[in-house]
Amino acid sequence: MFDFIMVLSLVLIAISILFNVYRIVIGPYPSDRILALDTLGVNLIAGIAILSILLRTSAFFDLILLIGILAFVGTIAFARHIERGVVIERKR
Amino acid sequence: MHGILKEVLSLNASVEIITAIFIFLGALITGISSMGMIRLPDVYTRAHAAAKTTTLGVMGIVFGTFLYFLIAEGLFSIRLLLGILFVLITAPVSSHMIIRSAYHSKVPLSSTSVQDDLEGYFEKGEKDQNE
Repeated sequence: MFDFIMVLSLVLIAISILFNVYRIVIGPYPSDRILALDTLGVNLIAGIAILSILLRTSAFFDLILLIGILAFVGTIAFARHIERGVVIERKR
Repeated sequence: MHGILKEVLSLNASVEIITAIFIFLGALITGISSMGMIRLPDVYTRAHAAAKTTTLGVMGIVFGTFLYFLIAEGLFSIRLLLGILFVLITAPVSSHMIIRSAYHSKVPLSSTSVQDDLEGYFEKGEKDQNE
C-alpha cells in the first residue's frame, strides 16, 4: 500500500512535469518559459525525494540540494538577461 | 521488552501512514498547480500557480521524506533540511525576479484583467533618476 501511494505520487509529479514541458514549448513569451523551467526544476526535486523513498537509499540527497541551487542560479541569470540584456553588469 | 517491541512495530506502521499523507498531499498540490500552469491566461497569474508548487508541494514531499528516513531508518539527514530551507528562501526571490523582468520587458496582461496599478510608474521613476 505504501509503495503504491509512492508510485501514485511519482506519477502525479511526472504528469505535472509533462504539463510544464508543454508550457515551455508553447509559452508565448520568454518569461513563461523561464517560469515553467523553474517549476520543472522544483518538480524534479520532489521526484528525487520520492524515488529515494522507493529505493530506500540516501544516496540521492545531494542531488536535491544541487538541483535546487542550480535551478535558482539559472532562473536569476535568465531573468536578468531578459530585464537588462546582460547577466553581470560592470560599473564603468 | 515485549511492549517496547510492539511499540516500535506500531511506530513503524504509523510513520508509513504519516509519510504517505505528507507525500500524497504534496504531490496532489503539485498536480493541481501544474494544471494552473496550463490553464491560467497570463504570466502574472501563472506565477501565482507556480509558487504553490515550489513552497507547499515540494516542502510537504521533502519533509515527508525527512520524517521517513528519520523514524524508519534512523537517519537524521541534514541535507534534506538544508534543501527545505533553501527552497523556502529562494522560491519567492526567483518568482519576484521573473515577474519583475516580465513587467520590465512589457509582457502584456491578459485581456480579462481589470486594472494595472503599476502603469506609468517605472517611466516616471527613470525620468526622475535622469534629472
